[in-house]
Amino acid sequence: MAGNELSDDGFIELDGVEKVFDVRRKAGFLRRERHRVRAVDGIGFRVGRGEMVGYIGPNGAGKSTTIKMLTGILTPSAGRLRVAGIDPSRERAGLAHRIGVVFGQRTTLWWDLPLRDSYGLVRRMYRVPEARYRANLDRCVELLDLGALLDVPVRQLSLGQRMRGDIAAALLHDPEVLYLDEPTIGLDVVSKAKVRGFLREVNAERGTTVLLTTHDLTDIEQLCERVMVIDHGRLVHDGGLAELHAAGESERTLVVDLERELPPIEDVPGARTVKVEGPRQWLAFGTGQSAAPIVAAVAERYPLVDLSVREPDIEDVIARMYAGGKGL
Amino acid sequence: MRLYAAVAVSGFRRYATYRVATAAGVFTNTVFGFVIAYTFVALWDERPHLGGYDQSQALTFVWVSQGLLAAAALLGGGFQEELQERIRTGDIAVDLYRPADLQLWWLAADLGRAAFHLLGRGAVPVAVGALAFELSLPADPLRWLAFLLSALLGVVVGFALRFLVALCAFWLLDGQGVNMISALMCMFFSGMLLPLTVFPGLFGEIARLLPWAAMLQVPVDVLLGTHSGTGLARALGFQVLWAALLLGAGRALQSLATRKVVVQGG
Repeated sequence: MAGNELSDDGFIELDGVEKVFDVRRKAGFLRRERHRVRAVDGIGFRVGRGEMVGYIGPNGAGKSTTIKMLTGILTPSAGRLRVAGIDPSRERAGLAHRIGVVFGQRTTLWWDLPLRDSYGLVRRMYRVPEARYRANLDRCVELLDLGALLDVPVRQLSLGQRMRGDIAAALLHDPEVLYLDEPTIGLDVVSKAKVRGFLREVNAERGTTVLLTTHDLTDIEQLCERVMVIDHGRLVHDGGLAELHAAGESERTLVVDLERELPPIEDVPGARTVKVEGPRQWLAFGTGQSAAPIVAAVAERYPLVDLSVREPDIEDVIARMYAGGKGL
Repeated sequence: MRLYAAVAVSGFRRYATYRVATAAGVFTNTVFGFVIAYTFVALWDERPHLGGYDQSQALTFVWVSQGLLAAAALLGGGFQEELQERIRTGDIAVDLYRPADLQLWWLAADLGRAAFHLLGRGAVPVAVGALAFELSLPADPLRWLAFLLSALLGVVVGFALRFLVALCAFWLLDGQGVNMISALMCMFFSGMLLPLTVFPGLFGEIARLLPWAAMLQVPVDVLLGTHSGTGLARALGFQVLWAALLLGAGRALQSLATRKVVVQGG
């Protein structure tokens, strides 16, 4: 079969992949206008085995469509797509045993059944041998803190609990690749940290390839060395997080509280004041820069009471990047 | 196969969780049973041997119908709306990337549900009916066995029909129209309102040949002993034929749907 000759850096391979939807719009009493939406418009990338890659972009950019094509639920309109040398839409059932999927907005668990019963169904579905199932479940229970939840019906779980339950369900059959579509959406800080810690461990210990979509920059920063940005169905960035910030000309912000109201701070090299509100001032500086010398300079010259550093918002980075027409 | 057995068990357990709903259902079935039973008593007083049944057989028809109503999902309920909702919201994506067959999965779950409904919703109304009226329930255990087999086939035919209706949601998005038509057809042509044997002429002939007849009319007739010997084999064969035909159509529609599927939402 063609495509089996993959090297190690091409576990997931996309070449010029497109997905076009025909959408009918109401254009009169009975008249319908057909028009085409290019949800994914010629995307190509490679993800190596064991990589952990962030896949980000604004709402409607084509992230979920890409993931659905990777799982084989949607067939690409054009281009070539392979996962482990297999065409997902043609051999969906065969590939299903080798992939794990978590859709943050949906659940793979059974609403009326206790978590334990849901896992039992997953075990049968993926034909996981008893011993391996035990070991995997024990590990998930320990790392995701599910012990007290196993006998609770899924409908009674909180969002964070359910999400942890879903992530465990996706990993019971030791998938080679894990697709996560917004796995931390709506979670509190503690749950997010737990989920991230677990994903890092799965990736490090099992060598599971992870593709992660998110709107939370912290997810990417803590988990991924590589990030791909998609907008309007096209890949506009593929590289490290630092390059993304450089490409997006994003800035970090130092917020300082001074003792009293003062004119805008102007004599700190590398930073410029973008906003003043009473004794509080906002100083912007490049993401490649360290905050330390700026803080030191401010503290030396001004009566500093308190400070905080704000990281750039991923949406802003992408928005600025796209507005500036920057891409690869 | 063990997977689908596990799915069926979970379907059973899932419905067993809702005890209040079950109790309310039993109560409703029993009340309905009395209302229809007295209507039938009046009718059969006027017209004895209507549709070939004597009064006690007609009353048996009423109470066994009430007993099968939930199991065969004659008034809807069960998986149809749930599957449509999953298609509408896009949750169907979760079902599609699993290494399991969509139709078999839902069939197994529905059989589990039906088994629970037969026991939980069916036994009490029939027992109440048997205490309050003189029913012609058979003493022969083989007849009961044949009835259970026929009821199972009826549930499968009902499932196959509703699976087709549910899959329409892939194209229609809002399934309410087809649901209404399907519910109406089922209510009338299963024999739930009146036994299909009551209808004369060509209309009656056609009504008895439609798939809905396999859901209620045939199982009740099997219990009443209307069919015997080759007649019984023909009745069960009729059900098997419709089950195979409709499940086959469901498979075809399913592969068509999944090939051109547009999964909704992000």
